[in-house]
Amino acid sequence: MAFYNNFFFTVLPYVAIIIFFIGIVYRFRAVKFSYSSLSSQFLETRKLYWGSVPFHWGIIFLFFGHLIAFLVPGYILLWNQQPLRLAILELTAFTFGLMTFIGLINLFYRRLTNARVRKVTNYVDIFLEVILLAQIFLGLWIAVGYRWGSSWFAIVLSPYLKSIFTLNPQIDAVAMLPLVIQLHIILAFIILLIIPFTRLVHLLVFPLSYLWRPYQKVIWNWDRKKIRNPQTSWTLHKPRNN
Amino acid sequence: MNVRSQIAMVFHLDKCIGCHTCSIACKNIWTDRKGAEYMWWNNVETKPGTGYPTKWEDQKIYKGGWEKKKKGEITLRSSGKYKGLLNIFHNPHMPVMDDYYEPWTYKYLDLIESPQGDDQPTARPVSLVTGKPLDIKSGPNWDDDLSGTPKYARKDPNFEDLSPAEQEAMFQLEKMAMFYLPRICNHCLNPACVAACPSGAIYKRGEDGVVLINQNVCRAWRMCVTACPYKKSYYNWSTGKSEKCILCYPRLEAGFAPACMHSCVGRIRYLGVLLYDADKIKEAVSSAEDELIEKQLDLILDPFDENVIKEAKANGIADSTIFAAQTSPIYKFVKVWHLGLPLHAEYRTVPMLFYVPPLLPVMASLSITDNSKQAEKLDPIAKFWNKNHLYNTNTESIWGTIEQARFPLKYLASLFGAGNEQKIKNVLKKQLAVRIHRRNITVGDIDKNTAEKILLETGLTPKIADEIYYLTSLAKFDDRFNIPPAHREQALEMLEDTGDLKGSTGFGFKAEPKRSL
Ligand code: SF4
Ligand code: SF4
Repeated sequence: MAFYNNFFFTVLPYVAIIIFFIGIVYRFRAVKFSYSSLSSQFLETRKLYWGSVPFHWGIIFLFFGHLIAFLVPGYILLWNQQPLRLAILELTAFTFGLMTFIGLINLFYRRLTNARVRKVTNYVDIFLEVILLAQIFLGLWIAVGYRWGSSWFAIVLSPYLKSIFTLNPQIDAVAMLPLVIQLHIILAFIILLIIPFTRLVHLLVFPLSYLWRPYQKVIWNWDRKKIRNPQTSWTLHKPRNN
Repeated sequence: MNVRSQIAMVFHLDKCIGCHTCSIACKNIWTDRKGAEYMWWNNVETKPGTGYPTKWEDQKIYKGGWEKKKKGEITLRSSGKYKGLLNIFHNPHMPVMDDYYEPWTYKYLDLIESPQGDDQPTARPVSLVTGKPLDIKSGPNWDDDLSGTPKYARKDPNFEDLSPAEQEAMFQLEKMAMFYLPRICNHCLNPACVAACPSGAIYKRGEDGVVLINQNVCRAWRMCVTACPYKKSYYNWSTGKSEKCILCYPRLEAGFAPACMHSCVGRIRYLGVLLYDADKIKEAVSSAEDELIEKQLDLILDPFDENVIKEAKANGIADSTIFAAQTSPIYKFVKVWHLGLPLHAEYRTVPMLFYVPPLLPVMASLSITDNSKQAEKLDPIAKFWNKNHLYNTNTESIWGTIEQARFPLKYLASLFGAGNEQKIKNVLKKQLAVRIHRRNITVGDIDKNTAEKILLETGLTPKIADEIYYLTSLAKFDDRFNIPPAHREQALEMLEDTGDLKGSTGFGFKAEPKRSL
């Protein structure tokens, strides 16, 4: 048992984190071209709406929910002191979970049944969607079956994750958790691990910088003013647009 | 003043014969790949018609281009920083494949391999996307030559301002007229595609103003497709990257004209340098609707002006480029003769492709005559025009044909005049005056005084008229395409291997355009 626990809660997280970082950097440098969200809206748009929109907004909410609970567990506990506020938090989170789940089912169904979308589907896409479906399903199950997750996450899982990141893994508490929750944790690390090998890389290049760049963009292939000045030597530099 | 140079274009619509050679030249070089089959970076439309993609001009559907807000500033109609990022998971105004067409091929092998039978074997069309048999419902020039008029030509978005009676008049069989509108990316000065791209993958090249998409940075957020009001940015459904006309920049850098222009059968296309003032773009694009064209043309600077030359040099524009600007056919058409007008200036992207509006469909007006006498004389089997209409060849009332054009000027104004009919009228009158002047010289049935009076009325002189005539009808290759040297010796990007990259992701880096995982 101890072996399994060690493997899944100590080795796997580190392997996942290391492969994740090496993988995304390598992929970005070697095959930058492959960083794409690979949208299939062009081939089918109506069904996409009922899948993509609830799925993405849902998962963003869930992701940040987990992140906040991990980063500032104290605040979550403080908030949850009043039962009403706890209920509101849990209910909202569950709603978003359900939204994500339904969205993903719609996406999956669309991907399998639409002839055009089928053509741009590969096995990795299917594999990924199955894993995500399983993960969200587990999450919903936990939310229903093991109540008040927002509170025990702050007590049990935040310290565990922190111990991973501080290179001092404490797995005693996680080892005692029910199997469903353990599976949820393991799948989370597996998803992290496969990000570099799937289309999920697109979430790493979400174009937030759009918000602060000027609208228009002009690129010169060489420094115009320098080139005309015979006094300066022309230094070699890589063109900026490739 | 911030002087920049731009490769600009003029298409002379009176000369376009609608042969689609340009489209084929482009297709063969750039878009004969998986995922790009449906793309026509160059396409030729029949007007009136709904075009490609269907109804692209209807911004109520596609929400492309810029719009002026009450406060006076302009914003992208459907994308931009906030709307764009909010709609990133599903872009509600994006045209989909069915708005263009589903590309197909034919099962040619069936013609040879079918077993013997009573019927002739046929090559069935199959989709290039799914590989399944396909009922062809539309194609890139489905409404060519007004075919399917009730469904296409009559739904032309430019009819919005025309009264039902005016529209009806256009479609009476005897009076029907049309012209061709070849379109490529306009390599705009205020490109909506660049502004809408969340990743910043699209950029305008400083040296020549060509607008390009960096395939390495594009992440398939698809905002450019919606934002370009001309629908000239296309989404490659296979690679998950957007692509657009690159103005054949590898050819330009080597001193060749772009393939569509080089191959143009009607020799309608001109290409050359314009100098413009980048500091004034903002003011020009946010001016009032009726001033738009004027303000946009004001951006273009006089390349002979000493101050302009000085500023251009200070900005690093090569002497050869300045010289090209001085000898540019575009400068003549657009700024000196005022014959070229931008297509849909009201989208506020400041297109750098100008059109000389067509005179012929306007001129060819008909009058009613009694043909019965003539008909009696003819052999009954002979085919003859038994309708009582006659083409007007009357030279008495010179402007009459323009005033009572059978092709409503309002329609042309909606395309090229941002709604202003006077703009169109001026250009047409000038074209007509040049013709009359030439008729005086070659045929001689119009006397010199009349011809000169008419020229004067439009602000032309016989000398200018002859120049216009020359550049319109006799111009040689080098007159039509005035391409400045690219100075490859100074541009690192341009030194990179450009020769053997066909079928790969493009220039600058080599990789197979394979869909990733
Ligand atoms: S025509 Fe469209 S794609 Fe071309 S530069 Fe203008 S906005 Fe961009
Ligand atoms: S090749 Fe020239 S004449 Fe023929 S359709 Fe194209 S633009 Fe018109």
